[in-house]
Amino acid sequence: MDPVNYLYLAALLFTIGAFGVLIRRNAIVVFMCIELMLNAANLTLVAFSRMHGNLDGQIMAFFVMVVAAAEVVVGLAIIVMLYRSRHSASVDDASLMKL
Amino acid sequence: MESLIGLLVAAPLLGAAVLLCGGQRLNRTGHLLGTALAAVSFVVAAVLFFDMVGRDTDDRALHQHLWSWVPVNEFQADIAFQLDQLSMTFVLLITGVGTLIHLYSIGYMEHDERRRRFFGYLNLFLASMLVLVLADNFLLLYVGWEGVGLASYLLIGFWQHKKSAATAAKKAFVVNRVGDAGLAIAIFLMFTTFGTFAFGPVLDDVEASGASQATLTGIGLMLLLAACGKSAQVPLQSWLGDAMEGPTPVSALIHAATMVTAGVYLITRSGAIFNAAPDAQTVVVVVGAVTLLFGAIVGCAKDDIKKALAGSTMSQIGYMILAAGLGPIGYAFAIMHLVTHGFFKAGLFLGAGSVMHGMNEEVDMRKYGGLRKYMPVTFITFGLGYLAIIGFPGLSGFFSKDAIIEAAFAKGGTQGWILGVVTLLGAAITAYYMTRVMLLTFFGEKRWQPDAEGNMPHPHESPKTMVIPMVVLAFGSVFAGGLFKWGDAFVNWLEPVTQFEHGHPPLSVPVITGLTVVVLLIGVGAAWFQYGRAAIPVVAPRGSLLTRAARRDLLQDDFNHVVLVRGGEHLTRSLVYVDNKIVDGAVNGTAAFYGGLSGRLRRAQNGFARSYAVSMFGGAALLVAATLLMRAV
Repeated sequence: MDPVNYLYLAALLFTIGAFGVLIRRNAIVVFMCIELMLNAANLTLVAFSRMHGNLDGQIMAFFVMVVAAAEVVVGLAIIVMLYRSRHSASVDDASLMKL
Repeated sequence: MESLIGLLVAAPLLGAAVLLCGGQRLNRTGHLLGTALAAVSFVVAAVLFFDMVGRDTDDRALHQHLWSWVPVNEFQADIAFQLDQLSMTFVLLITGVGTLIHLYSIGYMEHDERRRRFFGYLNLFLASMLVLVLADNFLLLYVGWEGVGLASYLLIGFWQHKKSAATAAKKAFVVNRVGDAGLAIAIFLMFTTFGTFAFGPVLDDVEASGASQATLTGIGLMLLLAACGKSAQVPLQSWLGDAMEGPTPVSALIHAATMVTAGVYLITRSGAIFNAAPDAQTVVVVVGAVTLLFGAIVGCAKDDIKKALAGSTMSQIGYMILAAGLGPIGYAFAIMHLVTHGFFKAGLFLGAGSVMHGMNEEVDMRKYGGLRKYMPVTFITFGLGYLAIIGFPGLSGFFSKDAIIEAAFAKGGTQGWILGVVTLLGAAITAYYMTRVMLLTFFGEKRWQPDAEGNMPHPHESPKTMVIPMVVLAFGSVFAGGLFKWGDAFVNWLEPVTQFEHGHPPLSVPVITGLTVVVLLIGVGAAWFQYGRAAIPVVAPRGSLLTRAARRDLLQDDFNHVVLVRGGEHLTRSLVYVDNKIVDGAVNGTAAFYGGLSGRLRRAQNGFARSYAVSMFGGAALLVAATLLMRAV
């Protein structure tokens, strides 16, 4: 199969993720959409790796996964703490950092 | 001998420093110290004088270089003194008359609790004036010039608790500032033209320096402006009358030995520049002629004895400025009149002070009268000063004023005739107003009035310390002119410094002398006719239009008020308007613009994470689009 199709898929996933982040209020869903965008990026890296016939992109994808895993740990912890203190997981409720 | 020159200045300067910084414990001895140091200065001056006379005519100038003041590449300012015949004349006058005035002040200021401070200021005045006449360059002269301005401010406003005195001091200072600006500009011009401001290089060879006529005229006019300020010449004359608010010894010092003589000194010293700039000289002569009539007319109308004498000073200085403007035919006579004037004007002022002392500080001559019996010594010394100033034949004013009148005629052409007639007219008016002062004060009926507390005055002769200086000055008033005239001693003495040409007046000398005596008699006669025969009203009659104008100093203050003060106010107001609306407007407008802009931008910071995310995505999308676009191009 033509590897360019993977790029189309990645673009589609990224767009879905981006819209999710912008549209949804629930922090967990937003978080999942961010993961979707990260994985879309991973997909492009692997696809380019395949197209160019070297392993650089695949190695990069592993790094991204590790960083994403670490981010999930921290991010979920923040969301849990937020929920405990405010009884809500809506990102719009946490809008105190403004002038 | 050179090393003594510094001592001339150092003695009074030390006195000023000790008296002003010494504090209360000098209250009882301060005046003696001040007088002694002035006397030291005079003794040193006398020693230097006899030493100078002992040397050859060409070898008389002494020079003392103390230290380099501002040595910057081309710009070399030195603290250096030069004592030539011209400086010597001034030094003797300043220290001599100055010492006598110190002595007089011991008695006059006896009951003033700030007497120590007064003597400190007097010493400062002497020191500044000595720096002025001893400096060997214009910059150091400027230092003395400013010092004189400061000291006069302090002394005129000495009784600062009186509002009028404080105002008069401020007025003198401000008006002098205008003249000082002139001197500063003249020095700038000299430096750009000659590359230096030392007397030698600037004045020795003005012709060969290649300076343009316009530049020299400019320097001359600026020097004249400076002289007008210090010497109270039209148009900067307005401070002199008000300066009478100071204690009387101060008036004597300002009018005789220091301050007002500075302008004449400056013009005579810079004679080389004026000789090369005939246009500037013409202006000098015009200023002198106008002032000599102006002062004389004002002097006729004043009932305040000191203000009448102040008008007379203005007029006499006008004579000197006029003579100095005549060039080499006049310089020596200007200085000669200055010295004789120093004697008789100091004597007259000290006499006036003595009269006021005896009359409960009353200054209105209409409330004097008949004082000759009560104050005989004052009467005689004042009378001799009076005869000297009106130019009574044989007394010193006669010789010096007559010489100026001859020189004025000798100017030649129509100018010579005009100047000659003006100086003769001035002599007549001088005789008139001085006779008026004399008659109102010492002759006629007693018109004494009780003072504010209801005490009738009990006129009495003043204490010895006041009388002795008056007697010494009276001797000077009588004999100085004759001594100077004898064998042209004074002219020959100054000739190496100021040059001298014999003027050739269109009338023969005896005719001019005769005319001088005739106008003198006319003036005296007119005054006697008006004030000697009839009883004098205690309250001044309304008088003619001219009299009323002259009482208001020929409307000088009204003119200054309308033209300068109002004009200045309007200028200030328009500048404030421009500043507020345009300058501040631009600054404030810029600030308001950015303030408003940031207020709008602030709304973007709403705290919603998703709205930040939109801007991030939007920004990223724009970047990607831009990158693609660039690649496509």
